[in-house]
Amino acid sequence: MNALANNAHLEVTGLTKRFGGLVAVKDIGFSVKGGEILGLIGPNGSGKSTVMKLIMGIERPDAGSVRIKGVEVAGWPSHRIARLGAGMVFQHSRPLHRQTVLENITLALLPDKLGRLFPDPESEARARAIAERVGLAHVLDRRPATLPFADLRKMEIAKAIARDPQVVLVDEPFAGLTSRETAAFSRLVTDLRDDGRAVLLVDHNVKSVAALVDRVFAMYVGERIAEGSAEEVMRDETVRRVYLGGSIETAARPESSFRDTTPFLEVENLNVLYGKAQALENVSIHVHQGEFVSVVGLNGAGKTTLFNAISGLLPYSGEIRREGKALGGFTPATIARGGIVQCPEGRELFADMTVRENLDLGGQHAAPEESKERMEWLFDLFPILAQRQGQTAGTLSGGEQQMLTIARALMMKPQLLILDEPTLGLAPVILEQLSKALERLRQTTPITVLLGEQNVTFALPHADRVYVLEHARIVWEGDPSRFAAEAGTGYL
Amino acid sequence: MKPAATLAARVLSSRTLWISLIVVALASTLPLYVSGYILGLLTIAYYFGVFSMAWDLLFGFANEVNFGPTFLIGLGAYTAGILDNLYQPPIFICLIAGAIAAVTGGIVLALPALRVRGPYFGLTTLVAVLMLQNFVVVAAGLTGGEIGLTVPDVISTDDKVNYWIALGFMTVSGLILYGLARSPVGLILQASGQDAVQAGALGFNVTKHKLAAFIISAFFSGLAGALLVFYLGAASVGTFIDVTVGVQVIIGAVLGGRRTIIGAVLGAVFLIGANEALRPLGDLSTFIVSAMALVVVLLFPSGLLGLLTRTKEAV
Repeated sequence: MNALANNAHLEVTGLTKRFGGLVAVKDIGFSVKGGEILGLIGPNGSGKSTVMKLIMGIERPDAGSVRIKGVEVAGWPSHRIARLGAGMVFQHSRPLHRQTVLENITLALLPDKLGRLFPDPESEARARAIAERVGLAHVLDRRPATLPFADLRKMEIAKAIARDPQVVLVDEPFAGLTSRETAAFSRLVTDLRDDGRAVLLVDHNVKSVAALVDRVFAMYVGERIAEGSAEEVMRDETVRRVYLGGSIETAARPESSFRDTTPFLEVENLNVLYGKAQALENVSIHVHQGEFVSVVGLNGAGKTTLFNAISGLLPYSGEIRREGKALGGFTPATIARGGIVQCPEGRELFADMTVRENLDLGGQHAAPEESKERMEWLFDLFPILAQRQGQTAGTLSGGEQQMLTIARALMMKPQLLILDEPTLGLAPVILEQLSKALERLRQTTPITVLLGEQNVTFALPHADRVYVLEHARIVWEGDPSRFAAEAGTGYL
Repeated sequence: MKPAATLAARVLSSRTLWISLIVVALASTLPLYVSGYILGLLTIAYYFGVFSMAWDLLFGFANEVNFGPTFLIGLGAYTAGILDNLYQPPIFICLIAGAIAAVTGGIVLALPALRVRGPYFGLTTLVAVLMLQNFVVVAAGLTGGEIGLTVPDVISTDDKVNYWIALGFMTVSGLILYGLARSPVGLILQASGQDAVQAGALGFNVTKHKLAAFIISAFFSGLAGALLVFYLGAASVGTFIDVTVGVQVIIGAVLGGRRTIIGAVLGAVFLIGANEALRPLGDLSTFIVSAMALVVVLLFPSGLLGLLTRTKEAV
């Protein structure tokens, strides 16, 4: 009754979710009124998506309450929460490919009854009206596979609002959209608010949703860090520290200090398409021999795609050259043996093998003597791994696994080491250890490093040069010390 | 009645359906000029067609791989056969009992199996087949064990009558399954199969719809199994329950074209026809038929029906 009194369509209090030992969401509480848009933001792994899933009943909360229009729904199955009046716009969904757009929308209007054997002309008419509202009238009879990506997103909105939900959850509304499409999609989201619905927008940073939201709720490693208007949250000290790092000491070497006339790695006008979505658009970067280059970008910006293209794992157009020679046409194995070694985001360790065995696998191409020497050097670099030699990789902590991944890559004596989001999901203490190891690596060896990160705090201190990747494009390049001033706002 | 008329109009507007009905009409005239031997083969093929169609409802629409179609078929067949053996009630009672047994067994199997995700559903169904097979062998006094079960009654001794019954049963089953698949509940079932999380968020109880699909699949499998017993006059593990029979049902459905229902008949008739045509080659025939099935599945994943209606699908 209380919830009705203060008119909150959605009220979350004390929401907590644990996955094993990891507390993914810790005591989160907020409310959204009808006709209000709340932006729920947080970097990768902050727990924002889990919060959304808990509200929608896709995951069950361990503690806390979720009220929709005053009704306690925590622990309900998803379909009951949906019928009570919550809808979700999925970022990735699998529409019915053999059915038309109209049929896909009509689906969302069907009652959850087994006896519904005959189509109802009324729901079809309503589906038409909804399609018209979101701007899909011209593609009603087409199949989803033939639609451009932006229209598919509109179809997802149409499906989510078909049942007239009072609470609408939107997951990463603008991922994969061009700026023009983003504007059109934003209007649809404001329409939802103007209809009097409570809207929750889940995204990585404030900037992308600032123009739309009435309030912002920021999360970091499962906890609330700030709440208020978009401006207030962007000014918030904690938010700035999480996204930009405090005062970062950089140790960049000027680009002119690298003597090679042809950079070790050159990527020129790289384009990669995933179906209809443009994952990389005219991306050009270069890395000199011995240089440490960071590619900074939010989740979904295209970092992993860029690295996978370099490693030869993806088809692309444009050119990737190593010391002036094109890499196109080489198999991933050849590229890796040639000295371009990637530490993938997922780590991909052999979980049932010991630390030692994992390292031995990395060093199997080298002579035993050399391999042994290298391993000793690595144990010096990552002392913790020396202690854990006999332990299976699957039982290591996240940070130790990350160190092992890097160590295994180093066993291959890479000339260029590509690190894809090494900090993903790591606790701050571990971050520091990892950071120190990278620093030593940089100072004591001539290794070339290409680091992809969304954690700016981690990416800047070691970097000689920084690229900012945003929505599939390189939008900034420069010295890390200028980053906060010139490109930092995009990260809040 | 207006909504019914719309569905009827939609179903009737399907070219595939019209072609199928013409083929059925032609098939019904076969007894006039074809030998009893061929009629006998087709009779079995039609029942297998129903097995495959019922299986396609689960695989193509609910996106659940049921490795145990013969669990449902065997329950229907053996229940009907044993009942007839013990008490000789009218045959239709045996048939109904067979269908009920299959549905009950289906529910008992599906309720826990649908709770597990991914490949475990398939594994559970596979284990169910092995358990039923073992039960039949162990309870030999009741089931005839490894020797098989002879039933005292048959529906008819006339090849032509048996053929028409099988054709009629297959046509009616096909119409019902096809209509269901194209109806609103069929749409919900497909959505549940393709993206269960989203279907849930759209307000659909995914488990309920999948369970319903399993029950319908079990009903037709069990009934077809029971009918086949009264055609063959006997039931044995090798004809109704063995995993290889299940594989044949599955290959028939996949060969005919996933998510088409009707294609499954095509696949089943092709399989049984090809096996028979190549019989002179002995053991080699099974190998050749399997190889052909493999080629179709690898090169034309949309199956035989997809191949025939490709121009239409491309639009």
